[in-house]
Amino acid sequence: MKNPNMKRLRRTMMFLNAQKPGLIKDPYIYKPDSIMLDLEDAVAENQKDAARFSLYHALKEIDYHGVERVIRINGLDTPYWQEDIRCAVAGGCDAIRIPKTESALDIHLVEEKVLAAEKEFGRPEGSTLLMAAIESARGVMKALDICDASERLFGIALSGGDYTKDLQTHITGTGIELMGARQNLIIAARAAGKQCFDKVYTNLNDTEGFRKDVETIHLMGFDGKSIINPRQIRIVHEIFTPSQKDIAFSEKVVKEIDSKKAQGIGVFTVDGKMIDIAFYDGAKRTIELAKASGVYKGEL
Amino acid sequence: MINAVGRDIPEEILKITGKEIFQGNHYKDGYTYKMDGPMTHVVMDGRESKLVPSIADVLVKCGIRDGMTISFHHHFREGDYVVQMVMDEIHKMGIKDLTICASSLGKAQNGIVPYIEDGTITNIQSSGVRGKIGEAISAGKLKGLAIMRSHGGRVRAIESGETRIDIAFIGTPTCDDYGNCRGIGGKSDCGVLSYAIVDADHADKVVAITDMLKPYPNFPAHISETKVDYVVVVDKVGDPSKIATGAAKPTTDMRKLMMADYCTQFLIHTPYFKEGFSYQTGVGGASIASTVSLAKVMQERNIHMGFGVGGMSKPMCDLLVNGQVGCLLDTQDFDLDAVEDVKELKHFRISAGEYCDPYNKGAIVNKLDFVILGALEVDTHFNVNVVVGSNGVITGAQGGHPDTAACAKCSIIIAPLLQGRIPAVCTDVTTVTTPGESVDVVVTDYGIAINPARQDLIDCMKDVDLPFKTIEELRDIAYRISGKPERVQFSDRVVGIIEARDGTVMDVVRQTKPFEFS
Repeated sequence: MKNPNMKRLRRTMMFLNAQKPGLIKDPYIYKPDSIMLDLEDAVAENQKDAARFSLYHALKEIDYHGVERVIRINGLDTPYWQEDIRCAVAGGCDAIRIPKTESALDIHLVEEKVLAAEKEFGRPEGSTLLMAAIESARGVMKALDICDASERLFGIALSGGDYTKDLQTHITGTGIELMGARQNLIIAARAAGKQCFDKVYTNLNDTEGFRKDVETIHLMGFDGKSIINPRQIRIVHEIFTPSQKDIAFSEKVVKEIDSKKAQGIGVFTVDGKMIDIAFYDGAKRTIELAKASGVYKGEL
Repeated sequence: MINAVGRDIPEEILKITGKEIFQGNHYKDGYTYKMDGPMTHVVMDGRESKLVPSIADVLVKCGIRDGMTISFHHHFREGDYVVQMVMDEIHKMGIKDLTICASSLGKAQNGIVPYIEDGTITNIQSSGVRGKIGEAISAGKLKGLAIMRSHGGRVRAIESGETRIDIAFIGTPTCDDYGNCRGIGGKSDCGVLSYAIVDADHADKVVAITDMLKPYPNFPAHISETKVDYVVVVDKVGDPSKIATGAAKPTTDMRKLMMADYCTQFLIHTPYFKEGFSYQTGVGGASIASTVSLAKVMQERNIHMGFGVGGMSKPMCDLLVNGQVGCLLDTQDFDLDAVEDVKELKHFRISAGEYCDPYNKGAIVNKLDFVILGALEVDTHFNVNVVVGSNGVITGAQGGHPDTAACAKCSIIIAPLLQGRIPAVCTDVTTVTTPGESVDVVVTDYGIAINPARQDLIDCMKDVDLPFKTIEELRDIAYRISGKPERVQFSDRVVGIIEARDGTVMDVVRQTKPFEFS
């Protein structure tokens, strides 16, 4: 059976160090869509086991109030990732984020271990979703293969720091160095019917820069953004949540198309704009997004 | 005897102190009494100098002796040198059995702990005690009782004659040779001298201690020459860097910002949020953030505050600068911006009595719409503890908390649900310092609880999109995260009493003891 969470709302995916009890005890109060409990970069080499211990008990004991719990495991080139998967699945996580993904094979390797862990710990098979972080030029070029590699994989995410290093440039703040990767990733994700997420924005004090960055990726078609601080949530949600004006218009479009279809009319106007069936999916998507964001009170 | 907040007050404590148990906020409403006055040494001869060369000399002139009550204020906050320098001299003279009546005591006075241990000081009256003195009292080192009372309660105790001050020592940033004191113009400015005014009015001997002698007349005086017996000039009354620091940076902690946002959203949906409303807040990160977010809404809706009262900090002063408040009524300055701003025309100094004394003909807090306050603990009866820490040690001060909470039309407590690993919302607070009947709303990072006694506020919030919960639900969330905490274990000996603002006994504080595992 297909996992019902494949297409869930993921406007904000907040990184948290899995080793810090103060951080992971209650991030749901800030209402992010997903949290990403990190076993990788945030955790020192000699603390990996302690972080897994803390992660396992957090997953077991804490009610995250419906916030999706994604675990970032260590890279497949480390000795840690297999035990990370066992711990995450044993704890009952919702998804695993694979770092530095460069090929479909990476997904298959993880998928195999996840299945084994689901069997080992009595978790329903297929209950653990996957997402892939793309952090290199090779990964960007293989994005479509990666998206198609598994039915468990709900999306791909750009990781900017490593990617720009690989490109022999750096994060400039203008977004110019990320243009190609962002375009490639969103196109690949959409081609495969998967979701796509943008990189973190690390300058917490540059609210305006962050807002511009989020507006850009929203217009490009991304589903959401990785974030590093709860202060960033409100801005992302504001931009990714349809406005009441958009919702009202989409509601009219859906209702009019449904009723005009019955009358055999193909083209008509709503609020002075020409509308035909091509608008239907977009309008439906806006309503669905509004519903998922909790701002739709209508009957559609 | 069980009092109105359910605390069992030992009979012997009531007997020793002559006090009654707390019987509700309005028990003494309408009470009539004759205000106590000072002994006054008349000075008609203009040739008589008030200048005295040293603290030691002034102690002799004041006739210091065993068993006296001496008083201090806390406007020099963490930078105060006055208490220490006076106590050092008294100690050298071998005086014993003193009662210290201070508006507050903190870390700056850590150095007087040996004088508690050797019996120089045997009783303490303060709005609370932070630092080593609190630890010493909780450890049972004070021979007599510590009385913790609110700022208003202190004025009441002095005015009613319950506390008779023999000598008041008033540190002042500037003074002339005839005793006119000002909180500004010196090298250790604290802005106002509000808490010392009742001491000047009622103490038998009043000593001004300054490090900046000004030419006569040092006007307009914040404490008048007519109240002052002697003036002593010392090298330094305090450390300016600890008296008033730069304004705290606005918090970037999302938890505090979120609580501030909840607080503002709650406040603006009450009927009291209208043109000319009045407001007081503290200096905690969330309280300051609340003022900042409230200012935005006031601007958007073109609503102006009538007055702001209490301790002042930059965000409150900004309201005045931006024309968003009619005036500020200032009892204490928390930062340099406030010290600077108190020179403004519409920024008025007030005395502690004007501010919050329950025993005068009507204090400013009686006209207060909103107060936003912190808490160490709140319980499911909405009782608040701001004095005794989770380890049972005296570690905080009531300040104006019980006074403002009792009087404001809407008293909002703002606190994170967990203070570290300790639940801030619990079944029974360790010590009651502000009674639940004074508390209307508790705002936490996990939700907001309205006191069921305020059905009117519950009705106002029916359609407001905020995470409302019952206080029991908040407690249960806290306990689910932290586990139900064991109660702190105390020995039987009472080391202090928490006095209600009307002088009755709200609770007692007992000596701590090592935890016994059962």
